[in-house]
Formats: sequence, structure tokens, C-alpha cells
Amino acid sequence: MSYLPARGQAFGKCGMLDYAPGKDMTATVTKPLPHDSAVRHVTGQAQYVDDIPEPMDLLHVWTALSPHACARIVSMDLQDVSSAPGVIAVLNAHSVPGENDCSPTVGDDPVFAEARVDFAGQVLFAVAAESEHQARDACQHARIGYELEEPILCIKDALDRDSHVLPPVSIRRGDPESALQNAANRLKGAIECGGQDHFYLEGQAAMAIPREGGDMLIHSSTQHPSEVQILVSKVLGKPLNAVQVEVRRMGGGFGGKETQASQWACIAAIVASKTGRPAKLRLDRDIDMLATGKRHDFVFEYDVGFDAAGRIQGLKIDMASRCGYSADLSQPINDRALLHLDNAYFLENISATTQLCRTNTVSNTAFRGFGGPQGMLCIERIIDEIACHLGKDALQIRRLNFYGKRTRNVTHYGMRVTGFDIRALTSELAGCSDYHERRKMIRRANQKNPRIRHGIALTPVKFGISFTTTHFNHACALVHVYTDGSIHLNHGGTEMGQGLFIKVAQVVAEEFSVALDTIKIAETNTSRVPNTVATAASAGSDLNGKAAQDAARKIKNRLIAVAARHWSADQDEVQLMHGHAVAGRRSMSFAELARIAQRMRVPLSATGHYRTPKINWDRSRMLGRPFFYFSAGAAISEVMLDSLTGEYRLRRVDILHDVGQSLNPAIDMGQIEGGFVQGAGWLTSEELWWDDDGNLRTHAPSTYKIPTSGDVPEEFNVRIWERGRNTEDTIYRSKAVGEPPLMLAISVFSAIGDAISSLSDYRQWPHLDAPATPERVLMAIKSIRDTEVA
Amino acid sequence: MATGNSIRFLLGWQPRSLADCSPTLTVLEYLRKIERMTGTKEGCAEGDCGACTVVLGAVENGSIRYRAVNSCIMFVPFLNGHQLITVEHLQTSDGSLHPVQNAVVAAHGSQCGFCTPGFIMSMFAMYHNHWPQDRQSIDNALAGNLCRCTGYAPIVRACRKALGSPVEDQFDKREKHTIGKLSEFDAAPSIEMNAQGQRYFAPSTTHELGRVLAHHPDGRIVAGATDVGLWVTKHRRRLQTVVYTGAVKSMKQVNIDHGVIQIGAAVTISDAMAVLGEHYESLDELFARYGSVQVRNRATLGGNVANGSPIGDSLPALVALDARFVITSKRHTRTVAAQDFFIDYGKQDISPGEFLERIDVPLPEVGQEFRIFKISKRYHQDISAVCGAFSVTLESVSVQSARICYGGMAAVPLRAGNCERALTRYGLEPAGVARARAGLGRDFNPISDFRGSAEYRSIIALILFDRFIDELLTGEGSSVWQVRHA
Repeated sequence: MSYLPARGQAFGKCGMLDYAPGKDMTATVTKPLPHDSAVRHVTGQAQYVDDIPEPMDLLHVWTALSPHACARIVSMDLQDVSSAPGVIAVLNAHSVPGENDCSPTVGDDPVFAEARVDFAGQVLFAVAAESEHQARDACQHARIGYELEEPILCIKDALDRDSHVLPPVSIRRGDPESALQNAANRLKGAIECGGQDHFYLEGQAAMAIPREGGDMLIHSSTQHPSEVQILVSKVLGKPLNAVQVEVRRMGGGFGGKETQASQWACIAAIVASKTGRPAKLRLDRDIDMLATGKRHDFVFEYDVGFDAAGRIQGLKIDMASRCGYSADLSQPINDRALLHLDNAYFLENISATTQLCRTNTVSNTAFRGFGGPQGMLCIERIIDEIACHLGKDALQIRRLNFYGKRTRNVTHYGMRVTGFDIRALTSELAGCSDYHERRKMIRRANQKNPRIRHGIALTPVKFGISFTTTHFNHACALVHVYTDGSIHLNHGGTEMGQGLFIKVAQVVAEEFSVALDTIKIAETNTSRVPNTVATAASAGSDLNGKAAQDAARKIKNRLIAVAARHWSADQDEVQLMHGHAVAGRRSMSFAELARIAQRMRVPLSATGHYRTPKINWDRSRMLGRPFFYFSAGAAISEVMLDSLTGEYRLRRVDILHDVGQSLNPAIDMGQIEGGFVQGAGWLTSEELWWDDDGNLRTHAPSTYKIPTSGDVPEEFNVRIWERGRNTEDTIYRSKAVGEPPLMLAISVFSAIGDAISSLSDYRQWPHLDAPATPERVLMAIKSIRDTEVA
Repeated sequence: MATGNSIRFLLGWQPRSLADCSPTLTVLEYLRKIERMTGTKEGCAEGDCGACTVVLGAVENGSIRYRAVNSCIMFVPFLNGHQLITVEHLQTSDGSLHPVQNAVVAAHGSQCGFCTPGFIMSMFAMYHNHWPQDRQSIDNALAGNLCRCTGYAPIVRACRKALGSPVEDQFDKREKHTIGKLSEFDAAPSIEMNAQGQRYFAPSTTHELGRVLAHHPDGRIVAGATDVGLWVTKHRRRLQTVVYTGAVKSMKQVNIDHGVIQIGAAVTISDAMAVLGEHYESLDELFARYGSVQVRNRATLGGNVANGSPIGDSLPALVALDARFVITSKRHTRTVAAQDFFIDYGKQDISPGEFLERIDVPLPEVGQEFRIFKISKRYHQDISAVCGAFSVTLESVSVQSARICYGGMAAVPLRAGNCERALTRYGLEPAGVARARAGLGRDFNPISDFRGSAEYRSIIALILFDRFIDELLTGEGSSVWQVRHA
């Protein structure tokens, strides 16, 4: 008789938030309003870059990629490309009017390969033609001579050959060497985790439209319009004020369009600039996956000392990441990996060093979690191993090592941990989802069934919110009120599906006390809100919500003064309520108030600004307060494993997540559920596979397997923590939610480990690397069985 | 026989007639570039992500049957005689949303929205096909639609909500009218088009098909184009002459005759699985994991066979079941055993001028046990690392005959000869099984690729065999999938 968990509440019932659109559009924060584009999404009316009606004379651009990972280009004959039917322009490194670089950081990302190629998939040249077919076909006529060199493909090769994009980074606290020596128990181990393709459903895309005087309007699917603007201006050799970048929405970003949208916008802009015609460049899936970066894969080697109870006393970690051929964001990503090695645990004595390996592969980049997930996976593996070694419940070891309230509450980088009650949150989760009872039942069932094994794990998440590059933590907004009372909202954040636009609109509607449909949510445009930061680091609502609130408050104060003057009332008497201005028994509509303000010559437009307070970070010493606060959550995953075949499936997942006071619980639930499933994909079925020549062979959904609906746990209970409040003064005391839920999926990986461990009667923890494909799981099972027999 | 040089179909309810259109113009490209209807999206151009899902309506037994398909790898001429429904057609003229659209909005089932039109269309087809509301059925139906934002949970909720209380929509209300319009298209059953040097033939009989191929032996025979579509979208191959089998009515039929299931080569996987799964239960699970609904609605068993793809999961099954392929040309008809048909990678026993007309699968015999197992990285809509098909005829523990065929272990689906011989000779006693395992070890020499290492494939081949023996001896399946939704 196999163990099956009790059918608790039906799938997703906990998470069901009933909200009928149109019924109550009173805009207030904390309401579960639907995504502002929901109706456009389901009717196909939402426009992405490739859907914008094509201007007359539009040129279609296609790029040709390097088939070699490491080679000198000895010749490039593009004559037959140029003379192919329909071709209007062929561009390579020599065609760039300004600088041939689109690096977001150190200047090592050529737009077009120059003299050499450093990864298979690097852009060699681009063709602009009257049709996409013609541009694509023409690409095949190039004659390029290469002198092949030996590529460095994996982390091990890079370490052996001392190949780095940037110097290693270390962090240290206490005296780990002595702590390790004096510890009652000591374990050494290693874990590797693979990268992850973003697989946004909309591939990278940009359309450049030349304007008079050589100016350029760029429609780009980017999380960072200002950076696209900067890089386009750099490749064109024009000032920033000649380039305008607009983003209505992205069909998913996940970090993949933070820095790596720029190259395509640059190429489209160069074509438009050279030909005077609008130009569109849309990557198809294969080119997108071959030519753009992914999550960094990491290797970790650890040496941990702990006492008889399981409390960590000393820890040394040597880690390394595959950065690819250039720096991109690898430095802050590796920094964040180091800063999240603690996850929710106090590490008194620790030293860790990360190597930033340069390889002849695509340049890895931001991906939801930004190094955090990798660091956290390592410490959770360590905890699992400690628990297994001591024969204890891993949850007990986790609790023992949690940060304390009064003592043991400073991170290894010197930040005090406050406003983060992981003990209460995990207790509540374990309690309401019967963790202890289920764990017992699983262990009993596993003794009876030699083939089908169950596993369970609870893992916590603590995630630091703010860009670790401190000067990125600010935002601007621009709000207009028109004389009919309608409102136009602009801010620097971009919409990629995460619901930023509706959240910020809710904040502004709340401020003016008007209905949400009074507010036009405008596309992001660098000419309306300049000098923005990327929509990233989960900080979109925190930053832009506050900035928009600031702008709205300025106008609101002016309007209240107008009403007071109009009624000869005291300003304190005037209130904005439900679309009206009210003072005692006097009342007028918001539109009327706007008209009166206009007649009084009071400006109805304002900019707002916000900079995150309290943060300071000394990177040279890896010390300070890089984060404004911490997001928190925990998940329990339960898997069922076929120990014969290595196949498994996710039976049940329970999540309790702290979003502070939610600005929009429906949007936040979507981030939690979606983030979890995306994280589960990273750790289970999503495998990037390069052949020995450095060609990525999993560059389409036929070979790269993101989760489908069938991979979602059968029972999926997700709750927002009712007690959640941000102790810091964030927008309505909410907490960031974009990235943290992804790491809840580490519980899946631990639960698989638990199920495999049962085959050794819990004496051994398996050497399982991520992603836990059926192959890796089977090999881990085999290795455990072999040692048990021996 | 009347031959037309144009195709006719309904775009929503608007009649369209296209003369001499390119046989390799995809429906997606047609919608986005020619009709300027951009609601339907391209996510992968290979029929794997479902962002391009549209629905085809066709008259079957007096009513309209709605089927979700991938527009990115479907060629426009195949639309002939159909109603093409896209996300733009679902809202009523007064602007109100279709029940499936309403459900997605209410359940917060869209985030970035790019995959959403595809999901909406899959759900629209589910809605009209009265799809069951249990989780497994919903998962099976949505396996061909990838979403990267929501984690699917709200979409599954939306499905349940929409499917739970179906009401008549504008498609039901206008069904008679639509049938009337579609029946007007029937006049010219055979199509021949010429578009700037590219030729298209859609004959309506096998006789005609034989004749077309005799004149155009280099013509590319296409049924569903779920494979050939990729030659065009991914490999940039220019197909000069396309010969479509989907209009040959006799090749779209399934008959059972003299103990043999006869499956026309143009029968879709969706239709074939209904019959095959009835007689071979194990094929039911396999087909539920075979591509996606959208792929199965276009792909054919015949195409799978004729293209000889080593990753086609049906091939090991056909070899193990001792299927026969009926191959026809203008001059002759011959029959080939499945196992002899696959010569080498991409090389099949079929010559220019010939076409695969039919696949004959014998009905199960008394004492026959058949199982097919596949192992892949992902349960749904993934290509096997290894697929093992096992068919034995038993008399107590003695094995009268054994046919074991693996996919993913060689360039072609290959029988495990040593393993089979040991089984028939020594039976299911432990010693016999041990010899059969040893034989299996000698039968294959697999390669490493992104679906699995050579070592893993060898191990898995043995494990699947063990699993088969285990099920024979215990009489029950006990994998994690079989207790699904227990």
C-alpha cells in the first residue's frame, strides 16, 4: 500500500481570489484587481513590439551567428549577401557609426564580432531586407574564414586555465578555520547547479524609426529603456537627447531583457540610421536562445563544521560561476550569490570565495533571483547533509540555525536582520499543512514500498531587497491631470507581466481617491521619464510606487489649495474622496476641480522622485547594509519517486509567503505561484546542454523543457501571510515579490533528495546536482544503492 | 474530376478564396502579415509552445468539430474547406467576452499575456468539445501551451470555471449558417496550384495521388506538416512541389477488417489513438504524452512512419505490434513489415513515386501482452530519451513469441533480438529473464546527446524491460504515473 497524502483542500482553493472585474472599480491599494491589460491579453489586442502596425518602408533585419565557439576571423566576404534578392543593407563591425559595443558594464560586448568570435551564437553581421524571408535567406550566402582555437567551455576548464572575466570576490567573518577544526562534526561536499534559459514567450525584439534631424525612436522589448537609449546613442555616436526609447509591455522578461535587449535595438537603430528607413529586428526562438545569456551555472565545494545538535560553527565555500565570454552583470550576480549563502541562517564563522569564470559560451546575465538562488541552494544542501548526518529532521536543523531576534541576528556582511520573522512563518506553515505528521507517514510508507518512495522538505527564503549597486535605488515619475479629470501616469518602471503598472496605478488612484479607470497607464518612454534604472531586483513597485505617490501628492496638495481658495475654506477642511473634492457640505467632482485649477493657472503636472533610504554598501569590504529589508517565505514540497526509473512527480506544495501588506493580492499570488513553478523548472527539467564544440543543443522548446501544466503540483496551496507587514516605510508597507518566490522551489530539490535518501534508510544524502532530471536522479539512486551494498 | 486552382475557407465567418498561394506559407504568417491580425503570436515556430494556437472548424457528421492546431507549422492550403478561428473572433459584436476569456480574466490567468491568445484558443476548443474538468484531462489538453509567468495554476482554475458551466456561444448559434457556408466549398475536391514556381497538389483519391507522384516523383508528400513544417520554418528548405494527402478521403479512414486495424496514412494521431488505445491500453498513455493536442490534431501516424524519425514514439510500438505498411504507387501496391521499413537514419523502404497508403496493425491475440514505456525529461510533450515497446504472447510462463523494440537506442527503431530469443527460449522464469537481460545488454550501442547519455540509455533500456517483466508477473503497473490522481 503506497502512502498517498490526504486530499486536503482542492487544488488551488487556498489561492483562489474571487474578483469579478467591472463590479467594483473603486481603486484602492490592497484590492485583488485584475491586471490592467487582462482583457487585452485574452482578446489578442495587447500589442508587443512585433504587433505594432508596421510603418511604410519597414526593413526586416536578421542576424548571422558564429558557428564556432572560439576562433579568429580571417576573412569575411559578404558580397553575395549584399547582392541577394531584397537586401538593402548589410552591416558588420565596420558599419557602426559610433562605438561597436553594447556592454552594460565594462565595454566587452561588441555589437558585431570584430576580428574574432568568442562563443557560438555571437552576432557576425546583420542583413536588412524588404522581407524577413529575404533577410534570412541572404544570411546564408556569407563566406567567412576562421582559424579555430581551443575553446574553454565549462567552469572546470576555466579554472584549470585561469580564465576569468573579473577578479574573484571573497567574503569573510569570524574565524572559520578554527571553528572548523574545533567542530564536533565536519562534512565536506560539493554541488553543481545548471543555468536556465529565460524562455520569455516573446523573444527579443526592437523596431527603430528614424525621425527628423537624425533622431531615433526605438520600440524595444526591454526591462531597461534608459540603457537601451544610452547604448543606441553610443553606437550611433549621437547625444542621448536624440534617442527616445518606448516600451509598452514585454511578453516576459525575468531578467533576460535587463541588459541583453540592447544589442538588438542597437542593430535596428544602425540599420535605420544608415538607410533612413524604419527597421525591425525580432529574434526567432533559436537565435534568441543561442545569442542571449542565461542564468549562471555554479559549482560549490563546501567544508562545514557543526556541533552535536546541528548548529553550524564554521563554513568554508569555494564557488565558481560560468559567466560566459564577457562580464555583463556577472559581478553583481556573484556578489548576490555570496550575500545569499546564508539564506535564513546565522553563519558566525564563514569564508567564501567566488570565481567569475570566462568561458567561450554566451554571456550569462540576470535571471530572477540574480545569483541568490544558487547561493541558497548551496546552504540548503549543507543543511540537508547535516540533518542526514545527525539523523535528524532537516526542519529542526533549519530552525536551530535561523537568525535570532536579539542575538545571532547580523548577516555575514554586517547587516542586522530585522522585520524578518522566519520562525513564526515556518511554524505556521508547518502547523497548517501537517508537516510533522506527513513526514512520519512518509517514513513509514517508505519502509513498506521498495520501489515507490516519498520525500518531503520545508525550505525557507530570505531575500534582500534593493540593488546591491546602491546608486540604482531610485526612481522618477510624471503625473498629469487633464481638465476633464482624467489622469496620465508615467514612471520609469516597465511592464513585463508582473503587474507593476496596475500596482502603481492603484497607488495613484488611492492618492487622488479616484476610480482606477480615471487613470491612463502610459507606456514607458525615456522622453517622459528620463534616466531610469532597470525594472529589476524585485524593486519595481517599491521604487516607482513611491515616486508616483510623490508626484501625485504634489498635484493633490495644489488641488486642495485650489478647492480651499475656491470655497474660501481652510485647506485642512478639504478632502479628496471618491472622485470628489469635499469640504463640509460642499462638494465638486474631481474634473470640476481640475478645470478650476486650470483657470486659476495652477499646474496640473508634477514629477515625483524616490530614493531608497537607509542603505549603504562598502563593496571593497563586503560590509554594510546593501538591502532596505528582507522578503520572506517558506514552502513544503512533497514528491513521489519511482526508484526503479528515476522519474518523480510533485504531489503537493504548501507555501506561506510574506509580501508585507499586499498592494494587490491577486497580482502577488500570481508572482508566488509563477515564481515557484519557474524555480521548480530550473531545478528539475530545464537542462542546457552544449556539445563538445561549444554549441548549445537545447535551443528551442522541443529540446529545452520548461514546466507544463502537468508539472504543477497536484495540490498547490499558496497563501499570503496575513501577519505580513513591512517594518520599513515602503509603499503601503508592502514587500517586494518578484524574485523571492522562485527560491521556494528549493524545497522540491530537497524533497527529491529526501526520497532518494530513504533508499539508504536515511543514512546517506544523495550526490544530486541540479537540474534533477530523471537521469541525474537515477544515477544518484544507483550511487546510493552501490554504496549501501558495499 | 474537377480540379481547382484556389483554396477556400472561412476566416471567422468571412469567406476567403486564395488562388495560387504558396504551399509553404504558414497560417501564422498569413494571419500576421497578410490579414494583419496580430493576436496570434509566434513563440517558437516549431509547434512546441502553442502561442500560435488557432482553432479549425470542420463539418463532421452534420455538426462542426473544433480542433486546436499550431498555426506556425501549418501551411495555408490545408485550410481548404475549414473555418479558421483566431483569438480575434471570440468577442461578440457587442464587445462581450467569450466565457473562456471571462474565466481567464477572473482567475488572473494572464500576466505578460503573450501566451494567452494560444491558451484562449486551446480552451475554446476544450469548451466546444465538452472536455472533462479533471486535472489530468486539463493537463493533457494544455500540454501544448507553454506559459512562463503564471505557473499555470490560475489557467487550470479558469479552465474548470469555463468548462463547468458551458452556455451557447455565438459559434453554436451560427453553426447552421457556418455549415451552410462550408458546404459551398466542397465543389472542387482536388486542388492544383502554382505559386511562382512552387507547386501544390491536393488530390482526392489514391489513384490521383499515384498519378501526381508519377509525374512529380520529387514531390514532397505532406500530411500534417508537423515535421515538414519545421523544414521550412527552421531549416529554410524550399519545397518546390508539395503533395498533400489530407484531401484523400480513403486515406483518412480507420477500418477493422479480418483482425486487422487499418489506419489510413492521413489519419491524425488524435483519431488513430482513439482506435488503437481501445485495443492496446498501454498506447493510451503513450499517446496522451505524444506531442500535444495541437500536434496530434495535425500529425499523422503515416507521416511519423514515412519520415522514419527515430524519435517518433509510435514507431517502436508499430514494430513490436508487427504492423504492416501498405505502400502504393501508380503501378503497384506492396506491403512491408514495419521492422524492415526503417533502413537507416532518414532512410526508409519507400521510393520516389510511391506513397504510404495505410498502416495495418493486428488486433491483440489471445495471451498477448503489450506494454510501451517512455522516459523523458518532462512527462508531457517531450521526446523520449528511450522508448521501449514490448509485446509477448504467453502460455503460462512460457513465451510463445516476443517482439521488443526500442526507440532512442539507435538511428532507427530497433528490435532487441538477443533479448527476444532468450525470452522465447527460456521463458519468464528468473533464469530466463536474466538471460534476456544479458541479451538486451548486447542488443544496443546507444549514443550520448542532450536527451541522455549512452550509459543512461543502456541502463534505462534494462529498467524498462524490468518494468515490463514486473508488470507481467504482478499483473499491475506501479509507476508514479499509474497512481496519478489516485
